[in-house]
Amino acid sequence: MSVLFAFLHALALLLAVVTLAAFLTWVERRVLGFWQDRLGPNRVGWQGILQVAADMIKIFFKQDWIPGFADKPTFIAAPIIVLASVLLAFAVIPFGNGVDIVGALNVGLLFFLGMTSLSVYGVVLAGWSSRSKFSLLGGMRAAAQMISYEVFMGIAVIGVVMQAGSFNLEKIVAAQTHIWFIVPQFFGFLAFFIAGIAEAHRLPFDLPEGENELGAGFHTEYSSMKFGMFFVGEYAGIVLLSALSVALYFGGGHGPIFPPIIWFALKSSFFVIFLILLRAALPRPRYDQLMSYGWKLMFPLAIGNLAVTGGVMIALGQ
Amino acid sequence: MTYSMFDVVFYGAGAFSVVTTTLAITRTNPVYALLNFVMSILGIALVIFVLGAPFAASLEVIVYAGAVVVLFLFVVMMLNLAHLKTDFGVKRGRSVRLAVPGVLVISIIIEIGIAFSGRFGKETTYHIIGPSAVGRQLLVADIIPIELGSMLLLAALLGAFHLARLSPERGRQ
Repeated sequence: MSVLFAFLHALALLLAVVTLAAFLTWVERRVLGFWQDRLGPNRVGWQGILQVAADMIKIFFKQDWIPGFADKPTFIAAPIIVLASVLLAFAVIPFGNGVDIVGALNVGLLFFLGMTSLSVYGVVLAGWSSRSKFSLLGGMRAAAQMISYEVFMGIAVIGVVMQAGSFNLEKIVAAQTHIWFIVPQFFGFLAFFIAGIAEAHRLPFDLPEGENELGAGFHTEYSSMKFGMFFVGEYAGIVLLSALSVALYFGGGHGPIFPPIIWFALKSSFFVIFLILLRAALPRPRYDQLMSYGWKLMFPLAIGNLAVTGGVMIALGQ
Repeated sequence: MTYSMFDVVFYGAGAFSVVTTTLAITRTNPVYALLNFVMSILGIALVIFVLGAPFAASLEVIVYAGAVVVLFLFVVMMLNLAHLKTDFGVKRGRSVRLAVPGVLVISIIIEIGIAFSGRFGKETTYHIIGPSAVGRQLLVADIIPIELGSMLLLAALLGAFHLARLSPERGRQ
């Protein structure tokens, strides 16, 4: 019985995340339209709120075409890997109010890092199995970019782990009762958030897709729901990054009056909107700029943050 | 003899790893070999997790599956696959070459048999070693070997950097 309940619990959370991610595709276009002084999708339903349903109907009934030159098994597996690895990482997010699945896992943060590093395979395989130049270039870019940024993402979050004394995300949230980690770990947060954007290959770091030079990058050859899975995976990645930023640096569900889950949702939506704003505001860097930015600026920053955190903790005798 | 859920996961993941490792060895397409290798690593990570070492299991996923094999895959993708397909099958009249590996395999099987004899069906106790215990062991008790290992890695890093550097005549840096 408890197994069945746990299964239904996980299923409900997954459905909620996928629905939210699909819904975000509408939010993004609408908000971008607002910022860019145009309408955005506003026709289907009130203020265009049913646009998602229209898009879903369309994308499900599109022809699901696999190119004859593609490597079929890996071509099919790639979008599944992308979506599954992102969705699995939601298991450790400490939403509070019993919504989370294993928020108290003692290696929760490492589980998240592991799942993000596995999502590289989806993108790389999509690029390779398509057997097309654009896709392959996109996949290679993704591999190099995600591995590079993963390194200092891990180093950046270690500052939080040191202060909270645990990889357990619930304990990390509990350690922020008095002060949110954004204050002592500001540079850690910068490095983490920028790495997170690169991991989710969101604009401005969406060079694996790079429309103006690579067609659609690693998913050039994908159509119908396979493309849809990449798309939903990307938006689920945005939600994941936002939720994890809140849990690690912005006190998780801590806040007055409302229950934790409401605060968690409010803070996360702030970051989701902020990520969309970044897309509206920032141009895309060149690829070598992206790499040197990661290795020569963010990596030393993360290491420095780690060293200073350790030094201060020793000085304060914690 | 009753099996707990841990036993089921342990043997299931173990069997999965054995199968995928075998597939990784026998694939002729290097990308498929690497993918099977990744799955075998994930299976082993699950085995380690069930045995009560979640930290080691996470590192297995992050470091091996998430970084090392991705780099292999990166290199393999850059090569032209048409030239890479190698026939690893045993050629006729060359079975003599299998003698030494065959003896090794048989001796390993015998060793495993001896090591495990009388252990099947015994009650297995699982106790969890958390990340902090691992950290204390590594950075307090074993600090010198760890630092020596990191020196070795640094030397390898410098060596790789030196080898990969272009000569001044051929271009910048």
